[in-house]
Amino acid sequence: MPLTTYVEAIRQGIWEEMEKDERVFVLGEDVGIYGGAFKVTAGMLERFGEWRVIDTPISESGIVGTAIGAALMGMRPVAEMQFADFISCAFDQITNFAAKCRYRWGAGVPIVVRGPSGGGVHGGPFHSQNPEMYFVHTPGLKVVCPATAYDAKGLIKAAIRDPDPVIYFEHKFLYRRVKEELPSDDFVVPIGKAAIRRNGTDITVITYGAMIYIALEAAKELEKEGIDLHVLDLRSLLPFDNEAVLESVKKTNKVILLHEDTQIGGFAGELAAVISEQAFEYLDGPIRRITAPNTPVPYSPPLEEFFLPKVSDVVRVARELYAY
Amino acid sequence: MKSNTLTRDAASPVILPPEKTLLDMLYYMKLTRELEFRIERKLYRQGKIVGGVYVGRGQEAIAVGSCVDLRRDDVVCPSHRDMGAYLIRGMSLRTILAQYMARKTGATRGKDGNMHMGDLSKGLIAFVSMLGDNVPVATGIALSFKTRGQDRVTLCFFGDGATSRGDWHEGINMASVFKVPVVFICNNNQYAYSTPLERQMAVENIADRAEAYGLPGEIVDGNDILAVWDAATRAIQRARAGGGPTLIECKTFRMTGHSAHDDAGYVPPELFEFWEERDPISRFERFLMDRGFIDKSGIDELQRRINHEIDEAIQIAEKDPFPEPEDCLKDVYY
Repeated sequence: MPLTTYVEAIRQGIWEEMEKDERVFVLGEDVGIYGGAFKVTAGMLERFGEWRVIDTPISESGIVGTAIGAALMGMRPVAEMQFADFISCAFDQITNFAAKCRYRWGAGVPIVVRGPSGGGVHGGPFHSQNPEMYFVHTPGLKVVCPATAYDAKGLIKAAIRDPDPVIYFEHKFLYRRVKEELPSDDFVVPIGKAAIRRNGTDITVITYGAMIYIALEAAKELEKEGIDLHVLDLRSLLPFDNEAVLESVKKTNKVILLHEDTQIGGFAGELAAVISEQAFEYLDGPIRRITAPNTPVPYSPPLEEFFLPKVSDVVRVARELYAY
Repeated sequence: MKSNTLTRDAASPVILPPEKTLLDMLYYMKLTRELEFRIERKLYRQGKIVGGVYVGRGQEAIAVGSCVDLRRDDVVCPSHRDMGAYLIRGMSLRTILAQYMARKTGATRGKDGNMHMGDLSKGLIAFVSMLGDNVPVATGIALSFKTRGQDRVTLCFFGDGATSRGDWHEGINMASVFKVPVVFICNNNQYAYSTPLERQMAVENIADRAEAYGLPGEIVDGNDILAVWDAATRAIQRARAGGGPTLIECKTFRMTGHSAHDDAGYVPPELFEFWEERDPISRFERFLMDRGFIDKSGIDELQRRINHEIDEAIQIAEKDPFPEPEDCLKDVYY
């Protein structure tokens, strides 16, 4: 079996849904003739034609608004933000129109808004952001952040089939660095379910996106000194797998919350509150956060390296927590 | 005036709609006026409506004239001064009144208030308060008609103020680029809350903006229902036939404050006087009487019928239950 990259997995997932369901179409900037800035939609124009693979003007709000209108008429639009950073331009349509239709008047808005997020590729302040929390804070949306090729494919399919708006953040650092054999059957990854990436007994690391690889690498190093990390990949942030979070904390009694997003208002804060409220008696040490600092994402390599959470950060905090 | 901006005066079109349509127009305009009078001047003041109230007094001809001939499978995206659109599309008076009075039987089951009503089965898309957001949404609705080869159309309403928002420009541009079947209808009532038109834009007409996006723009007297009907009918036919979008600017005037709590003290009184003389309903009544379609007693009878319908609906809606507190938690997701 050939290995499938993360980016190819997203492409396959969309492609298969388009083959199966003629209501599914993609729209966005440069998605058609160019096949997308990262080639997620490569070849789709030729296969599905210009009215199912729609090149749009540079109008993120217009793109999402258009997707909402089509979705209200029974279509299943997949809207691309060329970079997840640009989703800020569509914030209003997503949070006010799409997120609130069902609650207000019972109208489902089955759109997917997807785009490349995250740093590590020297993209600078406007091509590296992790904007997930703006949307995690908006009831009515679902937010997913796949970390593996399997999840990338399974979650894009779940997102397209979901009757509510799903914001799908793919990590651009993983696009061609992560690959695996994928099953040939039509699988989906349910939204709202976490996955255990490493079974361990000493300390739980709860994370998502590209940071799972940081946690796994740290686990390898710590193994040498007898510290056994348990790594939980959330996969979905809204809704998130509350049960899996509690179980993983109860298993090791010590927890590190790791994400690439900045610290204040980051998902780690919410998790810390949940753990403190629902599993306080199980904790044998302080809840520790490892996140990016509260700055924009800088461009210059030494700055960006400083910004992103590193294996050495996890190793250091895990040692401290182990000794606690 | 830009080259592709057509202007017509207030003269009636040469070809009139059928008599039934003419009488429907009168009914729906008068129903809109009376319903909004009760909402704003009675129920709101009696404390029975706890939230905001925004009415379209003086602007009734625009929604009614443009929606009266739509097909059932067409779709309307109203804005906040287009009550006639809901009535013509068949939303019941009880549902509307229950919506305003925050009852469980309202269009949003108490989740939202006033004009924020939608019903997909009636082709009505619920408005949001971020003005102009419905413009790209209407474009997407029309796009879905085009890509599926359906000959349905979308009507999208907004006011003069909404045309300053970026979403308006993005949506109009995309509709024109994709050539989708949507008719954009502006209620240019010359005030956005307290802000007059000259603080809103430096062009003379909203229709002038059409040229920048490569779609036809047309100006009509928004207080002349036949002028509105005529322009809308042509634009709808064009859209249905694959000719793409049109922007229709209906010049009118907001005969109230922005909302029920606003006395509009910033509007020069002579403007109200000027536009009062051009009231779309009394003007159309005179037209219909001149042409012999109805007489004074027929108009009085129509008003009595409308009063009765609204009285009945208010009685029912007032007895309708409020939502259960726990309903707050329902319907966030499917």
